[in-house]
Amino acid sequence: MSIFETTPIAEHDVLGDLMRGSLDHCVKCTICETFCPVSNVTPLFPGPKYVGPQAERYRTPDEPSPDDSLDYCSGCGICTQVCPQGVHIAEINTQARAELRKRTGVKFRDKVIARNTVGARLARPVAPLANWSLANPTIRLLTQRVLGLHHQAALPKFASRTFQKWARSHPQPAGASRRVAYFHGCGANHYETRLGEMAVEVLEHNGFAVDVPRGQDCCGLPLQSNGLFEPARKYVSKLSGRLAPSARAGIDIVATSTSCSLMLKREAREILGMDDDPDLRVVSERMFDICEYLLALHRRGELRTDFRPVPMTVTYHAPCQQQGHGIGKPALGLFALIPELRVIENDATCCGVAGTYGIKKEKYAIAMKVGEGLFAQIRDAAPELAVCDSETCRWHIEKATGVPNVHPVEVLHRAYGLS
Amino acid sequence: MSHDTIVIGTGMAGLVAAVRLAQSGARVLVLAKGVGSTHLCPSTIDVLGYGPQRIERPGEALAAHVEANPGHPYGLVEVSGLEAAVEWFKEQTVSGPLGPYAYVGSLEANKLLPTAVGAAKPSAVVPETMAAGDLRGGASLHIVGFRKLKDFHSALVADNVSRTEVGGPVEARSAELDLPAGGRVDLNGLALARHFDDAAFRSAVVAQIVRRLGAEERVGFPAVLGIKDPHGAWADLEHRLGRPVFEIPTLPPSVPGMRVFAILREALRRSGGELILNAEVVGPALENGRLVGVRANLGRREVVHPADHVVLATGGFASGGLELDSRWKARERALGLPVAGVPAPGEPRFTDSYFEEQPLSRAGIAVDRELRPVGPGGEPVYDNVRVAGATLAGAVPWTEKSGDGISLATGFRAAELILQTTTVAAVTA
Repeated sequence: MSIFETTPIAEHDVLGDLMRGSLDHCVKCTICETFCPVSNVTPLFPGPKYVGPQAERYRTPDEPSPDDSLDYCSGCGICTQVCPQGVHIAEINTQARAELRKRTGVKFRDKVIARNTVGARLARPVAPLANWSLANPTIRLLTQRVLGLHHQAALPKFASRTFQKWARSHPQPAGASRRVAYFHGCGANHYETRLGEMAVEVLEHNGFAVDVPRGQDCCGLPLQSNGLFEPARKYVSKLSGRLAPSARAGIDIVATSTSCSLMLKREAREILGMDDDPDLRVVSERMFDICEYLLALHRRGELRTDFRPVPMTVTYHAPCQQQGHGIGKPALGLFALIPELRVIENDATCCGVAGTYGIKKEKYAIAMKVGEGLFAQIRDAAPELAVCDSETCRWHIEKATGVPNVHPVEVLHRAYGLS
Repeated sequence: MSHDTIVIGTGMAGLVAAVRLAQSGARVLVLAKGVGSTHLCPSTIDVLGYGPQRIERPGEALAAHVEANPGHPYGLVEVSGLEAAVEWFKEQTVSGPLGPYAYVGSLEANKLLPTAVGAAKPSAVVPETMAAGDLRGGASLHIVGFRKLKDFHSALVADNVSRTEVGGPVEARSAELDLPAGGRVDLNGLALARHFDDAAFRSAVVAQIVRRLGAEERVGFPAVLGIKDPHGAWADLEHRLGRPVFEIPTLPPSVPGMRVFAILREALRRSGGELILNAEVVGPALENGRLVGVRANLGRREVVHPADHVVLATGGFASGGLELDSRWKARERALGLPVAGVPAPGEPRFTDSYFEEQPLSRAGIAVDRELRPVGPGGEPVYDNVRVAGATLAGAVPWTEKSGDGISLATGFRAAELILQTTTVAAVTA
């Protein structure tokens, strides 16, 4: 049983019309421009209003695009969040970029970084060597030259054993009173496997038996962001197929990767036009961000609050994709339950990296400039830990500030006395 | 667990209500489709400018205006309540994240401030950075423009303001600066405001102005004098130019409005209130006819947010809080409340003059003395919903010059009324 009572939105309200058609609601009020993190630091991107609802009117099938600058949109989605007229600016831009790519082709580099699980599988057997290589300045300079990945961009470390492998040998606790499925995403499976383990342990601590459906691959978000819609749809279908049996059995799915869960909740339906995929629909309706889920449990009086004091200072940055869920900042609600934890909320909007955007050679400097405000806030606060829900943001922020970055679940895990 | 109050809308009225409630200990959640009117309006608190003649003393004129305009929102607040709201707002600004940036003025007298087309607009309470633009009794001005700033033409301002009747002669000259050099062909107000945060840029601006400056007594700029530290940027320019400096509101985006948003947003955060954007409220959640929360679209789902009280502050037709279809059926979009003041079938829909009041101008949500929505016969709809700001029926803010005055007064009043009820009082205690 779901702990949420949600109603799917009525059929008449759906998507083709909702997305591109929403540009007719643009009144050119410029609110999106004032919030756009990219156009506020570089003239290379003229802003969401120009590139979105304005330029879209001139994009006609089989005719040249009026404006290639949309390549500099990072896809953070803030424009859509702040638009008071309901224009789906970021969605329009992502779709337009895919159209642009059909004509211009996709860089080899983008094809590679958009398929991170392929690389992860190749690297895992030689993880120490792969990690050494990616930390080696000479090799990184070479990678920049050959592949176009900025040599200073933060890249994750490959784990030598996947989270899936851990999950298969992890016994489910006896006497669990309820069941939940865990969507781990590539981040927890290939790079931050300990996060996946902690998520399971926190859920088990709250009386859940945690299913980890097998064969979970990438959600397709990096492919979508890089304009590769066809392969992105294949990944979405495959992943949805893996998660759908849980959803159909009435089991809620929780995720620690906030951008990947948003992809399955909403973006694949809205941007990739997959609203009719039956597996995706049922998964989408059962998908919850883990903090959203835990705070909802607390509001029903069903979260264990046997938190130990955690006498430390942390900063919390809600990443753009997390804000795209429209759930506020549930991590702050959970942190408020932990004795002696001092939380400083960052009020910067974006760290700049936006998935794969900020690791590209030509965009790294922009990403660093976008993140300046956030980095300064974190440095000034000098926390023991910086907390953020999104993995690529954590890697980027940690590299820029030198402050260790963790997912909110890691703080909860510690407060429950599990680490 | 539910929120004490859900505020729908994040413009002036919604933010004022939310902050006031949260500061008193209420658990407040603001749900908004997007960012609101603050970013579009000049953010001067225009209490009452015309009724229909130009008004010099808005506080004194309010009673007669309410009498002459039955159902006007100012009839729902006492003058003392409006004064309290103004004082509270001033305190929020000066003690907020942009302090000592302050608002000045009172209900005693309207200033006459130049607009971006050089008209004189009566405003009661204004940013300190605009106060020296007061044209009453005449003025000698030097208006500075920037070639890259769209839709602000210093020559237009100077020409028109010289012809405006303000009780004394206005002399104005203008200059157009080609700063910042290089970069984009055009800039919006925010981009220029970021340049003004930088002392080196201000030096370059001052160097160009002093070359052209004559005996003019005051120097006017578009309202872009800083976004991080507007008080510092403005005071620095006054110091370097050796004469009063003032800002003139621009077309959107409104930098002074963004300052107000930043101030109230931070006040909400500090007092524990939450704000969720891109959360469009699509209807009430009802139990036995009583409103127990609101239904909102989150992503591809509809979810219920429970609450004891609701403040509806979604704006009027301009911001999409109210909607009129092609058959002239009006709809309030968030809660489906009845809309008053729409011409009935067969009644005239327009008057001949574009700028005159139109039959639809006063349409909105009619309320009782406690700001609760009422139906056509004056019957209450929900006893725990209050309506504030431009959603209210009865005013013509754009001709009266009363927009942010009504929003501040009714947003503040809505919060006071909710705080008087027992459910919130228990929490506060």
